[in-house]
Amino acid sequence: MSTEMYKPGSYPNLPPPPGTVGFYGWIRNNLFSSISNTLLTIVSVVLVYYLIDGIIGWFLFDAVFDADSKIECRKINDGACWAVITRRVGQFVYGFYPEAERWRIDISFLTMFIAFAPLLYPDLPKRKWLLWFSGIYPFFAFILINGGFFGLAKIEYSLFGGFMLTVILGVTGIVCSLPIGILLALGRQSKLTVVRTLSVCFIEFMRGVPLITLLFVASSMLNYFMPPGTNFSILVRVIIMFTFFSAAYIAEVIRGGIQAIPKGQYEAADALGMNYWQTTRFITLPQALKISIPGIMNTFIGLYKDTTLVVVIGLLDPLGIGRAALADTKWNGLSTETYLFVALFFFVSCFAMSRYSLWLENKLNTDHK
Amino acid sequence: MKTKILLAAATAGVMFAGSVLASTLDDVRARGKLNCIINTGLAGFAAPDDKGKWTGFDVDFCRAVAAATLGDADKVNYTTATGKTRFTKLAAGEGEILSRNTTWTFSRDVDLSQTFVGVSYYDGQGFMVPKALGVKSAKGLDGASVCIQTGTTTELNLAEFFAGNGMKYNPVPIETNAEAQELYKAGRCDVYTTDASGLYATMSSFDNPADHMVLPEIVSKEPLGPVVRHGDDQWADIVAWTLKAMMAGEELGITSANVKSLAGKDNKNKEINRLLGKDPLQGISKLGLSADWAVNIIGQVGNYEEVFEKNLGMSTPLKIARGMNQLYRDGGLFYIPPIK
Repeated sequence: MSTEMYKPGSYPNLPPPPGTVGFYGWIRNNLFSSISNTLLTIVSVVLVYYLIDGIIGWFLFDAVFDADSKIECRKINDGACWAVITRRVGQFVYGFYPEAERWRIDISFLTMFIAFAPLLYPDLPKRKWLLWFSGIYPFFAFILINGGFFGLAKIEYSLFGGFMLTVILGVTGIVCSLPIGILLALGRQSKLTVVRTLSVCFIEFMRGVPLITLLFVASSMLNYFMPPGTNFSILVRVIIMFTFFSAAYIAEVIRGGIQAIPKGQYEAADALGMNYWQTTRFITLPQALKISIPGIMNTFIGLYKDTTLVVVIGLLDPLGIGRAALADTKWNGLSTETYLFVALFFFVSCFAMSRYSLWLENKLNTDHK
Repeated sequence: MKTKILLAAATAGVMFAGSVLASTLDDVRARGKLNCIINTGLAGFAAPDDKGKWTGFDVDFCRAVAAATLGDADKVNYTTATGKTRFTKLAAGEGEILSRNTTWTFSRDVDLSQTFVGVSYYDGQGFMVPKALGVKSAKGLDGASVCIQTGTTTELNLAEFFAGNGMKYNPVPIETNAEAQELYKAGRCDVYTTDASGLYATMSSFDNPADHMVLPEIVSKEPLGPVVRHGDDQWADIVAWTLKAMMAGEELGITSANVKSLAGKDNKNKEINRLLGKDPLQGISKLGLSADWAVNIIGQVGNYEEVFEKNLGMSTPLKIARGMNQLYRDGGLFYIPPIK
């Protein structure tokens, strides 16, 4: 007890009593504040310990990372047998793409980020120059991956597979469906009857048909409409179907955004003497797209995950490669490891997309709160 | 309804393709590669190894046809197909052969306008039980719970078998083979039923395969074999005789190891001489094949026994007995027409 005298209002701030703040304080207040709380804490800690011990042990400490077969894995240890993944990582990534040509995929994949950077990050330095590269990137990537030009060996589509196939299908579908979706959304709002009717028909048809049906059409029916001898790769057919399907959904998401814009905005544009295209470009779309970001990203992530459906028409995406690996008598029965690995890949890519959309939303946020 | 349209389209496609393409053999030779439609993954029949090379019983048949027509068993492009897309892929010309454990049925042969050129593997629906259950025959399965894939012919076969024997069962419906493995291992069902080859594959994936057994009863007929498009008899003959040459190789004792020496000398058995091109085999030029076609098949891929044992037999984890899949003289179903 201090006996010092202070003038009114000048008493110094003392630190709180020990044991009520900081790490120990938090533990005491939240975990051991009463007898029942203490009991709960102890039981939970024991439970979590056993859970983690079992799971982490299976995943990591008891796991086998290299072996020749499942039987050898089991001889070494009884945890997860990741050897099925490590031995086939090339197949999971590139499918059956010839090993000597895999650098072409690597380059296409790495340059994809350069091509996307100016589109995704508006503040990038030298953005104008990079945009040129973004423009030619699709042709560049096609030539590199498909081959057949400039002395690059042509690679059969049946050798495509694994994560590379997912990325090709997903990215092409996403990139192509956004502009088509925007046009469809504008078309649906158009005052021109023909444009409006066509847009409505397209959107309603694509949304009314299950994606898997469209994939079957792509894989089987389309061949009959083509003259014999045309070699129209199934990959292109599938990409077209994915693009149309997701464009229809994007169109509806963006229409929602357009309709959320207050009428006063259009009236103001009219008052300024803007024509339709000016209004669309400077007033409607910037606001509508900003509102629609979460919905658009939702559709994209859905499309990306839907690419696994190609497994039903015999294309070997990561899931298909996984199943094929399980059909090898050496690895038969390791379904848990295989499917967990594929799930992890999809989680990482989808989570990245979702984080980007959140960042973009915050960046474009102009709410005056 | 949808199936009907698909079937109609497939038929139209077949007729179209048949009338336009002159000769499948010429196409294959011009391309320098055989396009073969295989399973996306079935233990023992078609699966990629760690290096990405396809192996298996069905795959080896593709290789045999490539050896016969192109002289090199490695000149094959593999296209994978699911059960739903295999016939349309064949009809649309994405492959010259469908070698994908396909059951020969009337409607597939006639209604879909395919040509089944022969049987390479006699399969049939069987039952797998844990040995601890103490059942020795499928007739003793009254009241058992059975894991069964829904929407397949196996479901119907199962119902017919149990009804025919006046027995009852509890179906445990499942969607995929992997799901069945888990449920069966967890003891949710006493019995798992599917094609016998699939049962052996499932059993080989268990940690203790010896604790389980496949019951002797086979309740359905599943003759599996390669399929080609209607309309090119020359190609159908090539594929059919490739299969027969592999079986004849086993019958005549020609293996990949001794084929070269047998082909080089005059054998007592003139059938060996004719098969290996030492003596003239009348009509071989009509097939468009060279005289050493069978030497290439057996030398590069092997005879039927070698291919079976390599992919499915006792030395593999599948441990499938030859059973019906042996020569007639050994008590099986393969009876090869004379090579003369």
